[in-house]
Amino acid sequence: MAIELSAVRYRYAGASKTALGSVDLSVEPGRVLGIVGANESGKSTLCLVAGGLAPRAIGGRLEGSVRIDGADTAAMRSHELAQRCGLLFQNAAAQLSGTTGTVYEEVAFGPCNLGLAVADVIERVWWALGTVGVEDLAPRDPARLSGGQAQLVALASVLALRPRYLILDEPTSELDPAGTALVADALARVARETGAGILLVEHKTDVLARIADDVAVLADGSVALAGPAAEVLADPRLAGFGVEPPARVRLEREVRASGLEWSAALAEAIE
Amino acid sequence: MTAKHSAEPKLPAPAAPLDPPAPSIQFEAVSFAYPDGTQALVDVSLRIAPGESVAIVGQNGSGKSTLVRHLNGLLRPTSGRVLLDGLDVRGVHVARLAERVGLAFQNPDRQLFAGRVSAEIAFGPRNLGVRGAALDERVSRALDAVGLSAEAASNPYDLGYSRRKLLALASVLAMRTPVLVLDEPTTGQDARGVARVRAVVAAAVGEGRTVVAISHDMRFVAECFRRVVVMGAGRVVLDGAPEVVFAEDAWPALRATYLEPPLPAVAGARLGLGATPTQAVFVAALRRASTKSR
Repeated sequence: MAIELSAVRYRYAGASKTALGSVDLSVEPGRVLGIVGANESGKSTLCLVAGGLAPRAIGGRLEGSVRIDGADTAAMRSHELAQRCGLLFQNAAAQLSGTTGTVYEEVAFGPCNLGLAVADVIERVWWALGTVGVEDLAPRDPARLSGGQAQLVALASVLALRPRYLILDEPTSELDPAGTALVADALARVARETGAGILLVEHKTDVLARIADDVAVLADGSVALAGPAAEVLADPRLAGFGVEPPARVRLEREVRASGLEWSAALAEAIE
Repeated sequence: MTAKHSAEPKLPAPAAPLDPPAPSIQFEAVSFAYPDGTQALVDVSLRIAPGESVAIVGQNGSGKSTLVRHLNGLLRPTSGRVLLDGLDVRGVHVARLAERVGLAFQNPDRQLFAGRVSAEIAFGPRNLGVRGAALDERVSRALDAVGLSAEAASNPYDLGYSRRKLLALASVLAMRTPVLVLDEPTTGQDARGVARVRAVVAAAVGEGRTVVAISHDMRFVAECFRRVVVMGAGRVVLDGAPEVVFAEDAWPALRATYLEPPLPAVAGARLGLGATPTQAVFVAALRRASTKSR
């Protein structure tokens, strides 16, 4: 049980260069896999491929295999895929349907399409809105939300489908620090309580330090480093891949680099 | 590791002297309500001197973007006044304001429209009457400042989000306005992109421009700006140097607006080192403390 990418290579339609070259990764139920890497290193492409949208919806050429719970995504129907795997795009505002008059209806849109009983739809909508802390937005017009609010509503819409796997492309990019912490904790809870497997692309390594079980670093379309989150995030090579280490790692490094001792009192002061 | 990630981006070469010089900016008891009744600004009074670097922080919906949109006339106060060099901007044509205040939006896609990166950047200065070699020079400098020189002929929408955002920044830089307003310039940027934005801010400040930036990135705020304005529910809650705004006695006010001080500030306070908003200040204070105890 997992989303398993084996020897995946992918090239966009019309592109001369491969966007992903030989990626092996698995997203396991109940776990959070953080993906980091410089801009244009293949993170968003990885989301499209792991979620089965590339090449299905946008063409291009895929080699290797992407399996969800053992089934090859190439052979799955779109609606089966959509039910197993929820995808949040980097530009969340673009994900809102544009067809609904209220945030409530927007979040209900997916569950309604699953053919659920009305009571179940209602329960899911309030659960999803509550999970990301935006119940108060329910009566608002989705077209008139701030960037951060739109991002939270788009995330709630994906959560309301209760997919087994969540693929989230920078879900906190527009959020303030409190919103970021809220989403981070919500995702950790969703993984733990619903057993969802989460692939989380995130520039904010402090978020990954807080909730990721594993982290993989992409560089030029390939996995350059992967392993337990704490190890990868403290790896001295991280900055070389265009990734800023978490604040705690940076501070410790700066203190040591200046020839001062990294004492137990210091370690305690940043806990 | 590839070499291109290891080099720190170069500071852009200094441009021509500032003409016109940066104006003083004054918000006089500014209140603003959106047509739907949302009260976004409540009695904001703020003076920004020419050449100041000011970061505006606060949670989503606290009025940060509304505030800066008053600087270039996109929004007009419901009550109160916004003055540039003592002149009420209400009477100034938007095109005249655009020569003095450049605003880079949070979402680059609200700003970009041209079919080529170079045309996108040339649009603003061309409207200011810049032509020929002077225009080319502006375009190439702006591209260089954000590291997009190789993409001059690309279509903006072939660039990824982070580079579209740098492009939007470059198109504002090319206007060479004495006031530069950046709405969350570091979001979506990797470490290298953040370093470019930092270099752009440092260069602009070095040239005597006024830089006003909205940011949620407390490290960027503490390290790159001399003044931090904290907003909460449409009001100015705290206003001072990073050493003041992130000092321990300001934390209750900061946390009331759902902001956390940067880690070096927290560590410094816990260790009794005083106000240490940045890593560099923290390490220096730690060094002083350890020399003293020896």
